[in-house]
Amino acid sequence: MTAVSPALRILPEILLTLTGVLVMVTEPLLSAKTSRKPLGIFALLGTLAAIAASAWQLHLPAGTAFFNTIQTDAFSVFFHLLIGGILLVTLLVSLNYFEGHSTYVGEFYALLLFSAVGMMLMTSAIELLMVFLGLEISSISTYILAGYRKRSAVSAEASIKYFLLGSFATAFFLYGVALCFGATGSTNIHSIATGVASGSSPLLLALALGMMLIGLGFKVSAAPFHVWTPDVYEGAPAPVVGFMSTAPKAAAFAVLLRITYTGFGTMSHIWIPLLWIMAVASMTIGNLGALTQRNVKRMLAYSSIAHAGYLLVAFTAFSADGLAAACFYTAAYAAMNVGAFAIISYLSGYDERRVHLQDYAGLAKRHPLASAAMAIFLLSLIGIPFTAGFFGKFYVFTTAMHSGLWILVTIGLLNSGLAAFYYLRFLSQLYMQPYDAAQDISEAPAQPAFVLGIAILVAAVLVLGIIPNRVLRLAQAGAATYFPCSGTNAAEVHTQPNLLR
Amino acid sequence: MIPISWYLVLSAALFSIGVGAFLIKRNIISIFMSIELMLNAVNLAFVAFAHHWHQVSGQIFVFFVMVVAAAEAAVGLAIIIAVFRSRETLNVDQINLMKL
Repeated sequence: MTAVSPALRILPEILLTLTGVLVMVTEPLLSAKTSRKPLGIFALLGTLAAIAASAWQLHLPAGTAFFNTIQTDAFSVFFHLLIGGILLVTLLVSLNYFEGHSTYVGEFYALLLFSAVGMMLMTSAIELLMVFLGLEISSISTYILAGYRKRSAVSAEASIKYFLLGSFATAFFLYGVALCFGATGSTNIHSIATGVASGSSPLLLALALGMMLIGLGFKVSAAPFHVWTPDVYEGAPAPVVGFMSTAPKAAAFAVLLRITYTGFGTMSHIWIPLLWIMAVASMTIGNLGALTQRNVKRMLAYSSIAHAGYLLVAFTAFSADGLAAACFYTAAYAAMNVGAFAIISYLSGYDERRVHLQDYAGLAKRHPLASAAMAIFLLSLIGIPFTAGFFGKFYVFTTAMHSGLWILVTIGLLNSGLAAFYYLRFLSQLYMQPYDAAQDISEAPAQPAFVLGIAILVAAVLVLGIIPNRVLRLAQAGAATYFPCSGTNAAEVHTQPNLLR
Repeated sequence: MIPISWYLVLSAALFSIGVGAFLIKRNIISIFMSIELMLNAVNLAFVAFAHHWHQVSGQIFVFFVMVVAAAEAAVGLAIIIAVFRSRETLNVDQINLMKL
């Protein structure tokens, strides 16, 4: 086998970085009055190239590069494609969001690109130093993105809260890495796995694992580390929330998978109970919190905490199926959540005119198409059959049952029922309430780019719900890189999508 | 020769002081400083462990942490200025437009 050039292993990251730098360099050369849309379109092209490069990486033999810091395999490619896809639709739906409101939109596109670079590095890193760098590249960019409605006090508040709590969490993660280095003498995940398996200094390792779980728990907004989520999601611009409630979470979950399954695989008796508690707390606190919210962005923020809980259920299964289910669920969740926030960003606009539930009363009459798309995303978030959310939940809970986690599955299903209530309340606001013409707000007509973005998301939700085979097979190929000898399990799961149809 | 445990105790103490200050302090700049203290505690632990294992990789990690902390400070101070412009206060108790 011929050696693959290391640069090819990070080709998507290189392409995105180049695009971002070019956007950054071109931005100050344009006069203040020029529209920044061409820069956005250029960023879109760069993203498409990066997605194509990630898909091409699938044909490379799996392997490491840059002194064992980067590993490209089906698992990393899955998350690269997912993050690339999220970036693509976020760029599409935000192409007109800042038009006429902000003069520095070029930087917005560049920051989105850099943030995605960091997340992609996180998903292919097998060295904790690289994980840390990727985490910080993505976090620092998203701190700025959260405060992008510059003149809004709420946006600045969201930014500072995100920044302070995010850095606090990073410090915990780093302390965990330091302790891990102290216990095993290495920060490479595979060397750590050898060190953990040897059974020396278990106390130090348990402490390291706990610290890293706290740090990553903040990033994925799992309870009890979720307090920042509602405030930040409420204050940040809606297209940014769609991005930062899905892509960084996917990347952090990928890191969590690598650390727990590979690095600390032999210490599963310690992290499984911890993740169990986090899963139950996230589902319950998320859903109960969402019930009491009247602000739609806060409601969806609590719902995202609950969805992090469902994902953790898949983790707790600790099997190849569990891993594939977790990967699949991140993709399903990304499609529906980015979609929901994109529709909110369109209906409420840059000035956030529609933030409360009652502002959405009867909007289906005025915006039939936007409401229909919203309905699909909400139904998917509930988990109605033939949507991505249903198949994702189905897969997560069946794998958890196979691992004998009956109590967890019961709590999860009860929570899903509870969650249906607040999503349906939103839906009934849209469709059942009378439309108040006095509150009429004239929106700009939806731009082609936005319509295309929503069309992609709706298609993704339906495809993942009705014919999930392709994505599922990629997720399972990714899972197989962790559990090479689980051929029987994988074959068993391959039949499951057929059962559905 | 000072045993490694002394360094680790100091590092743990610094980290705990950082966490405590983060929770107690009300001024955003002080909170930010307590995060820096936590990062420096991490650096101390890395250097101590690098000495213990006779490996430079731990010390190299420290350089990366310092660089990233500098980048974080640049962005953080910019965000703090943005907050001060809109609210004219740096007391976290008064930055409460959004409540749980």
